[in-house]
Amino acid sequence: MVEKSSNETQQLSDKGFSVVSEGGLRAASSKKLSELPLKIQVKNLDFYYGNFHALKSINMDIAERKVTAMIGPSGCGKSTLIRCFNRIYELYPKQYATGEIILDGRNILDPKEDLNLLRAQVGMVFQKPTPFPMSVYDNIAFGVKLYENLSKSEMDERVEWALKKAALWGEVQDKLQQIGTALSGGQQQRLCIARAIAVRPEVILLDEPCSALDPISTAKVEELIDELVSDYTILIVTHNMQQAARVSDFTAFMYLGELIEFDSTDKIFTNPSKKETQDYITGRFG
Amino acid sequence: MGNMDVQGKEMLVRSGTKGRVLDLFFSRGTKICAFLVLIIILAIMLALFIGAWPALKKFGFSFITSTKWNPVTEEFGALISIYGTLVTSIIAMLIGVPVSFGIAIFITELCPRWLKQPIATSIELLAAIPSIIYGMWGLFVFAPFFADHIEPWISATLGNSPIIGPLFSGPPLGIGVLTAGIILGIMVIPFMASVFRDLFEVVPPVLKESAYGIGATTWEVIKKIVLPYTKVGVVGGIMLGLGRALGETMAVTFVIGNADRLEKSLLMPGNTISSSLANQFTEAVGEIYTSSLIALGLILFFLTFLVLAFAKYLLMRLTLKEGVRT
Repeated sequence: MVEKSSNETQQLSDKGFSVVSEGGLRAASSKKLSELPLKIQVKNLDFYYGNFHALKSINMDIAERKVTAMIGPSGCGKSTLIRCFNRIYELYPKQYATGEIILDGRNILDPKEDLNLLRAQVGMVFQKPTPFPMSVYDNIAFGVKLYENLSKSEMDERVEWALKKAALWGEVQDKLQQIGTALSGGQQQRLCIARAIAVRPEVILLDEPCSALDPISTAKVEELIDELVSDYTILIVTHNMQQAARVSDFTAFMYLGELIEFDSTDKIFTNPSKKETQDYITGRFG
Repeated sequence: MGNMDVQGKEMLVRSGTKGRVLDLFFSRGTKICAFLVLIIILAIMLALFIGAWPALKKFGFSFITSTKWNPVTEEFGALISIYGTLVTSIIAMLIGVPVSFGIAIFITELCPRWLKQPIATSIELLAAIPSIIYGMWGLFVFAPFFADHIEPWISATLGNSPIIGPLFSGPPLGIGVLTAGIILGIMVIPFMASVFRDLFEVVPPVLKESAYGIGATTWEVIKKIVLPYTKVGVVGGIMLGLGRALGETMAVTFVIGNADRLEKSLLMPGNTISSSLANQFTEAVGEIYTSSLIALGLILFFLTFLVLAFAKYLLMRLTLKEGVRT
């Protein structure tokens, strides 16, 4: 059961709230968002799939080197939102965004923005592991080669560094020339994280990175997120509220394309201000 | 009630045996269909070999290396036709493969949605045109145009270059090996383009997204993700096109000039195996003449077989290169 030290948690636990007790909140988020250096500011962001208005006037600040989670029921727009940060939606016709996303002082929704450089700065990992049809080594080297001209030994070092960072080195150091798709699902996903890290981005977008993984692999990825956050700004979309509670510093609750509530993870999971948020996290959403 | 139960049971039993019998018929039937292929292949090979035997016995290995093709003295060699077949097919591939790639990549990756269907449909229409139409168009429209406007320019420029010069010199006749190769190239494009397009469309979008997601350009995504992912099919598609180019008869017969001479220049008339067969079978008299033509057919059969074997070998090499599988 929930610890009884705080009144708020006591109140929530009376209503059947049990999210926090299973995972425990991230301890680090003691500071308020307004006191932290910001990496990204989203201003009046609207998003459309053709005529469908998928995101409605989103405003949120993303703190540097913190984990920001987006939760909400299916179809609420959380994946749509995360896909705006590297403009990957532009691969498809009739999808467009208006408003501003300020990354390090520049608006990345500006049509003049260099997409390839943006995507080097903002890496992304998808729901399903997507190893490229090539060796483990080449999977990592692929992205690096796009931006940097490294010698063989430098590349070896970079591949090793990225795999170590993604906590995969120990498992694959003898299998570097094996095809990436031959790894297990959890290893494939960490390979994808290593691949995203290898180009040395500043922001990492994780779109439900654990939804196709077993619990042990999920735990490994979550541990990894905990370690990576000291170097990177991380945004994660998750269906799993316990996961959001475990890994994030800040949580955004979205519903029907709107940002209902955005606050520190502590606050969202123990004492949300909005009724919708409370209904959702207590599982009473319907 | 009881009566109905009994009836129900009987029906169950009956449909059970009926199902088993049907299953047996089905598995036998499919087996027969599959073996039919083997039987037909063996029968054709055997028939060709028996038919070609007199010529092969008379000329031996020199049948393949000789450039003589003289019905009057009954001396036959296949080299001219083999050369023509290979060269026209190579030209066709040089033109067809890049253009087909371009079409398929444009349709799957770059094309605005409203333009997709018109292009795809016109490719299918192009594939549906009978080869004789290509032949007529080649002979009456393309060849004269080629002779008047393109060939003089080719022999004036490429014809004077050092190593490849002899390939492109000669009078602008319009019909010839190069013309046949170009027509063949146009003919194989729809086949390869639609195969490539289908292949590129099955690449999972999320795989492409993740490549774009680390900042790859469209070209890099195609080169490093789409092509490796689809390479088995791509090699298959190229071989399908090559197979068609090697065996294409009617269109080539119209525009190649049908000359039994081995010319250095691609602008000069030549012959392919299938065009020789089409042209000469009706007038072939005597055992050796007919037998030599059948031997040509046998060689074509082996050529396509070699192409297939080479494709398999290429795929094995590609799979080895991409990394060890466990």
